[in-house]
Amino acid sequence: MHTMNDTNYAIEIHEAASALEAQMIFRDVNFYYGKFHALKAVSLEVYKRHVTAFIGPSGCGKSTLLRTMNRMYDLYPEQRATGELLFDGENILDRKVDVNVLRAKVGMVFQKPTPFPMSIYENIAFGVRLNERLSLGEMDERVEWALTKAALWNETKDKLKQSGMSLSGGQQQRLCIARGIAVKPEVLLLDEPTSALDPISTLSIEELISELKTDFTIAIVTHNMQQAARISDYTAYMYLGEMIEFGLTDQVFIKPKKKETEDYITGRFG
Amino acid sequence: MNAPRDSVVLAPAISHKLGDWLFFNLTRAFAAFTLVVLAGIIISLLISSWPALQKFGFSFLWTREWNPPVEQFGALIPIYGTITTSLIALIIAVPVSFGIALFLTELSPVWLRRPLGIAIELLAAVPSIVYGMWGLMVFVPIFAQYVQPALSATVGRLPLIGRLFAGAPLGIGILAAGIILAIMIIPFIASVMRDVFEVTPAMLKESAYGLGSTTWEVVWNIVLPYTRVGVIGGIMLGLGRALGETMAVTFVIGNSSSLSSISLYTPGNSITSTLANEFGEATPGIYTASLIELGLILFLITFVVLVFSRLLLLRLAKQEGTKT
Amino acid sequence: MRLLHQRQLINKVALTLSMAAMAFGLFWLVWILVTTLQFGVAGLSLDLFTKMTPPPNSADGGLANAIAGSLLLVGLATALGAPIGVLAGVYLAEYGRDTWLGRCTRFINSILLSAPSIVIGLFVYAIYVEHMGNFSAFSGVIALALIVVPVVLATTENMLRLVPDSLREAAFALGAPKRIVIMKVALKASMAGVITGILLAVARIAGETAPLLFTALSNQFWSLDLNKPIANLPMTIFKFAMSPFKDWQELAWAGVFLITLGVLGLNITARILFRARHKL
Repeated sequence: MHTMNDTNYAIEIHEAASALEAQMIFRDVNFYYGKFHALKAVSLEVYKRHVTAFIGPSGCGKSTLLRTMNRMYDLYPEQRATGELLFDGENILDRKVDVNVLRAKVGMVFQKPTPFPMSIYENIAFGVRLNERLSLGEMDERVEWALTKAALWNETKDKLKQSGMSLSGGQQQRLCIARGIAVKPEVLLLDEPTSALDPISTLSIEELISELKTDFTIAIVTHNMQQAARISDYTAYMYLGEMIEFGLTDQVFIKPKKKETEDYITGRFG
Repeated sequence: MNAPRDSVVLAPAISHKLGDWLFFNLTRAFAAFTLVVLAGIIISLLISSWPALQKFGFSFLWTREWNPPVEQFGALIPIYGTITTSLIALIIAVPVSFGIALFLTELSPVWLRRPLGIAIELLAAVPSIVYGMWGLMVFVPIFAQYVQPALSATVGRLPLIGRLFAGAPLGIGILAAGIILAIMIIPFIASVMRDVFEVTPAMLKESAYGLGSTTWEVVWNIVLPYTRVGVIGGIMLGLGRALGETMAVTFVIGNSSSLSSISLYTPGNSITSTLANEFGEATPGIYTASLIELGLILFLITFVVLVFSRLLLLRLAKQEGTKT
Repeated sequence: MRLLHQRQLINKVALTLSMAAMAFGLFWLVWILVTTLQFGVAGLSLDLFTKMTPPPNSADGGLANAIAGSLLLVGLATALGAPIGVLAGVYLAEYGRDTWLGRCTRFINSILLSAPSIVIGLFVYAIYVEHMGNFSAFSGVIALALIVVPVVLATTENMLRLVPDSLREAAFALGAPKRIVIMKVALKASMAGVITGILLAVARIAGETAPLLFTALSNQFWSLDLNKPIANLPMTIFKFAMSPFKDWQELAWAGVFLITLGVLGLNITARILFRARHKL
């Protein structure tokens, strides 16, 4: 099941945590926006029930990388990916893969909160109904479970019928996380989930991420290096579409192997 | 939760695919429906007016006689009525609409802009039958008693154009229809002009004001040239309305298919009023076919005007798009 | 200095004329509304809603059959035309933004939006009435529905385009197939705007007379039979107002008042609804 990458650092990582199991394996993934080559032969492994952070200057391809993991790019005809991206042993870049099924297993939360124009309850139930037939009671339980997981239950349990848009920005983002995990995915992709939020809301989302990793594999893109250092187990530094360095977060931040990584982290970038 | 969900193969779910395919094609069919309607209008009117097309040929367009009993039909008088009333409407409506748009975008205090804008838009929403009935019952008597004599006594004495304002002040007639049409299309043209004026970049206006220009100079030298295409598009849109308007015209044009003088006071007929008045009584055959041919001519004229209008408005929008 | 004075004078004259134009525009609105109110209210009575359209010169009559007929025509035409308009609008906004069909439809629709409604009436006469051999309520419904479609189509597309793509992506990210994303999320987010468009379409056809001339015609009696001519307010007003009979003219004013009230009411409701939802 677990396929080893033959690069050196992967071996070291493997030694560091032998219980690791890969959830997603990138092998020579290339990505194109029309003619623009946005990801260049990226290979790495995203480990089960750990937080992997992707950092790098804007335009480095970190969001693009995230959007290959749930085939979000399928929505835009001029975008395409090549290579192999294994999920449960299957190459999800293959055309034959049903993206609806894939996306039910790989949830995503966006930069700006995107509550649907419906009640809080319906926001959560929306995704669940797509994939499962639940009784009313089971659905109530699922909604409560998801909201509790997202640390939003106490604030919303008395107003589940209210519009999701009536919540504050931070609450909306937690609602979106709850909506994502209600489907019970295996992976949760977070695309700069706190960049539109105030510091207090950011803190609560960060705490939430640390708790969620006991159940979910998390991949997060962030432009905030402190955030990556605080919440992730593994960090990948990307630059101009290339994977420059990937390793344990502590290692990447304290003793980066590459000069470019060090420059970026210490702010001497450019 | 922690029990990993069975790793179902990520195979296509047929029902989703089929549902999406059906929905896509349903919406596409309805989009295509619009094109079918357009083609249908032209084809069906061509077929239904075929007897008239065959019998009269192109001379239909310039034949003056409209005589049902002897089955002799010519469209000259209705076409003349349609074009004349629409031109009168434009002559009145364009400057007034320009003034309104200018007021709404540059002069009005901000708190008044919305209510006034809404009032103008409501004027556009009033159904044309209301204009028609109001025109016949309220406007025409006053027009005949006060306005027409006054016009005859002033403009009517001028050489050349004086002949347009001569004759008995009946009230109903081509001039009255043109005025009612003008009232109807003012709100259309004014709201398009207002929207169009609003796309002028504030920077452009401010720099002109910065040079000490007066409001009028800014509008005349900056806003109007910048939005020229859109303004013409808006006027054409109003013209399209006026050409095809039925009720407002039918009530007041006088419904006479013999045009005895060039005076705008004479009762006349437009394409729409001829259709509205005669279609119900027309005998099937060449009479009905001739009426439908009138409809076809009307559709083709308005189609050309509207295409022109939309192309101009699109050009302004594109010009806008490339700048932002 | 002289030049400056001259420029300022021109400016003053122009601005005064602009204000005069505004006053001119409002003057007609006020005049039309006042007379409609004045004559319309005078003609209002319970009889209007309970009694049938009378023969000329009989004091006793109302507009009951015309009101019922108009409601039926407008209701059915909206029920028929609005879904077509919404779905076609969905195609333009969600599938065919830049396709050949999308661009063509968008352009042609903008033409049909202001095409003469009398021609729509002739079209339905040519394709339906002529073949059936008689005027009918149903042909009136088709004609009015053809006027509803372009209005609803255009507003639906515009409203859907205001929905941010991030909302659609969020729904896709949950594994929703495209039709669910469109129906349950994108359309729902633009619901207020779409309903506004439908209300405006209703307001538009409520007063339309020209397309009914060759289709639904009119009927002096009570009838809800779709295969027969049907009484309706605009045609009744047309007939009564053009007649020399005093009592018919009074009924016509009452009818005009009802239509104006309804149309302006719908317009104002639509605006309020749209504003309230979009303040969120």
